[in-house]
Amino acid sequence: MAAIQGGFLANLGRVYAIYTGAFVGFTIFIGILELFGVPNRILGYLFIFLTLGVYALIGWLARTAEVNEYYVAGRVVPAFYNGMATGADWMSAASFIGMAGSLYFGGYGGLAFVLGWTGGYVLVSILMAPYLRKFGQFTVPDFFSARYGGNLARGLAVIVLITASFTYVVAQIVGVGIITARFLDIGFQVACFVGLIGILLCSMLGGMKAVTWTQVAQYIILIIAYLIPVVVLSAKVTGVPIPQIMYGQALEKIEAFEKTFGVAQPYASAFTDARGNYSPTAMWNFFALILCLMVGTASLPHILMRYFTTPSVKQARDSVAWSLFFIFLLYFTAPAYAAFAKLEVYQNVIGQPIAKLPAWVASWGSIGLVGACDTAQAAVNFALCKGVTGNGDGILQLSEFRLHTDAVVLATPEIAGLPYVISGLVAAGGLAAALSTADGLLLAIANALSHDIYYKMIDPNADTKRRLIISRVLLALVAVVAAYVAGTLGADILFLVSWAFSIAAAGLFAGLVLGIWWKRAGDAAGVWGIVVGFGLCMFFLITTEFYGPWVKANLSWLGDINIVKIRGRDVAYIWGINNISVGIFGIPAAFLAMLVAGWVSKPASAEMQDFIDSIRIPAGSVRNAEAAH
Amino acid sequence: MAESKLTAQQQAAYWEKTRGLMLVILAAWFVFSFLIHFWAPQLNTIRILGFPLGYYMAAQGSLIAFVLMCVWNARAQNRIDREFGVQDE
Repeated sequence: MAAIQGGFLANLGRVYAIYTGAFVGFTIFIGILELFGVPNRILGYLFIFLTLGVYALIGWLARTAEVNEYYVAGRVVPAFYNGMATGADWMSAASFIGMAGSLYFGGYGGLAFVLGWTGGYVLVSILMAPYLRKFGQFTVPDFFSARYGGNLARGLAVIVLITASFTYVVAQIVGVGIITARFLDIGFQVACFVGLIGILLCSMLGGMKAVTWTQVAQYIILIIAYLIPVVVLSAKVTGVPIPQIMYGQALEKIEAFEKTFGVAQPYASAFTDARGNYSPTAMWNFFALILCLMVGTASLPHILMRYFTTPSVKQARDSVAWSLFFIFLLYFTAPAYAAFAKLEVYQNVIGQPIAKLPAWVASWGSIGLVGACDTAQAAVNFALCKGVTGNGDGILQLSEFRLHTDAVVLATPEIAGLPYVISGLVAAGGLAAALSTADGLLLAIANALSHDIYYKMIDPNADTKRRLIISRVLLALVAVVAAYVAGTLGADILFLVSWAFSIAAAGLFAGLVLGIWWKRAGDAAGVWGIVVGFGLCMFFLITTEFYGPWVKANLSWLGDINIVKIRGRDVAYIWGINNISVGIFGIPAAFLAMLVAGWVSKPASAEMQDFIDSIRIPAGSVRNAEAAH
Repeated sequence: MAESKLTAQQQAAYWEKTRGLMLVILAAWFVFSFLIHFWAPQLNTIRILGFPLGYYMAAQGSLIAFVLMCVWNARAQNRIDREFGVQDE
């Protein structure tokens, strides 16, 4: 295996070039099958099962019995490939399916996700990745334990990690379920478990090593699948196949249409309310969300642990830049996706006679993602039309048109009049995005349970074989529980994901940053930082979401509190801040708690300060890593 | 790996340079994440290639700046590492 491994690493470029070529060839082959009249359903099956098969094959080839390979992929992943793997790990169903949809509806407001999910990598690059790589252990809680005096800090970090990652992974499995259900024509709950098999096949046998090489493969598929439809759409609308530059024209045309339709809130207008007036609340919400998402990026363990896998500190830094570049390719395309889809709808759908609507309106309407609600009977054909009263004049007005958020990306190939093979490709891309993120998250959770809880806290004498078996069993268990929760709850993907960011940001960011940048911080500071940051964040999250009226009655001394009816509950917004950004209370609280506790309690020992000095420089060994124990 | 041979003084000088670089990039990060977007409504009155400038900065301009900041950090830190002879490859 060692010889093959060496051969594989030496030929990475060739291996993935051949793989990319084979995938393109396969897509063309499916296109030819479509020309010969093979039914769409079969094409969908081919796409889903073939890509799942490839991921499973990589997972099997990368199986391992070595701890170092299982937890950190043997620390041999070059910066460029780790960048791609991080890109896939990062971009989830929320990015791939949800984001362009939010931009379509939210306009400028939706850009908070685009900014928030990219800028955090600057923080990762300058504040932590190189130092965590130099530290060179297996998990993020390992760092908390070494830096802040052992198992109390480790245990607290594990609690934050599991709370954030589990919330996040449930959202991913919902995404896998939606795609699998649609393209395999099976029930949502069953689809969640089918997707689960795909996830486990990738990660069970090879841990981080298998997940890494699968994620590189998944990145290639997801970026091809995301770019092709919008490039074709741009060529069709503007004559130039560079959507990222050409959608300025689409924005101008959208604005012109908005004037004719009498839309009060222009698409590209910043910080406006529904009537188009400047709104400070909209602005503060925009910035609060950006801050939570960016700081959360630099705190989520499934991302940070990717930088444990590079061969050197230098490559960890390079790798952050590559990661952000690969993520950027998708994120700067998403607003173009949304703009072209919106223009297409304004141009070819709104104001058209019902009889002359494009065919995709009916086909996506039948599965409840699009609604043309001109007459009262429209709800028979369009599930989305329930409760909408059209004027029955035979023309589709803007107020009579309904579109589901997820449909923007999934239906664009058909909106652009592309063959079904492209729809299949987009489904395969969405699946790759959701699976790769779910893999990374499950591995982070299972590693925290098996390495941090079992090996470090319960049985430090466990041998390698036993540790890896326990890790695999836990991985499968957590996955089944997550799939069960996803299948029964189902939920708004974007909302769950945003919570996960707030939780991680409030719980871990202060401890990570000050652990590296403030030598004085002692054990008490680290412990109090997590307790106060995470505690306050969870307190506000739970009370505002589930006990909104109680918050309004008892916490009004905090300032303005209003109740918003959303997700079927009375949710409290403190200072008008949407509670997906609860991190903005927890993040500063964690820093404050650490500063106070750090100054009041005795400073970190001389050994500890020497340890910090040694992780601050790339060369040399890590000194006194066990000083705290 | 060889033990690093930095004296306490060199270590302090190394860290001062590293921290300086971090603070400069952190300031740039703050400008492109928050500061310029405060003026998005005003910037939106300027149009380039059809893009309202405020919208463009949040959709693309800041993102390009973030990528460049990560590249900048990697390169500048490599230079500092070599200057002190503490690079690890």
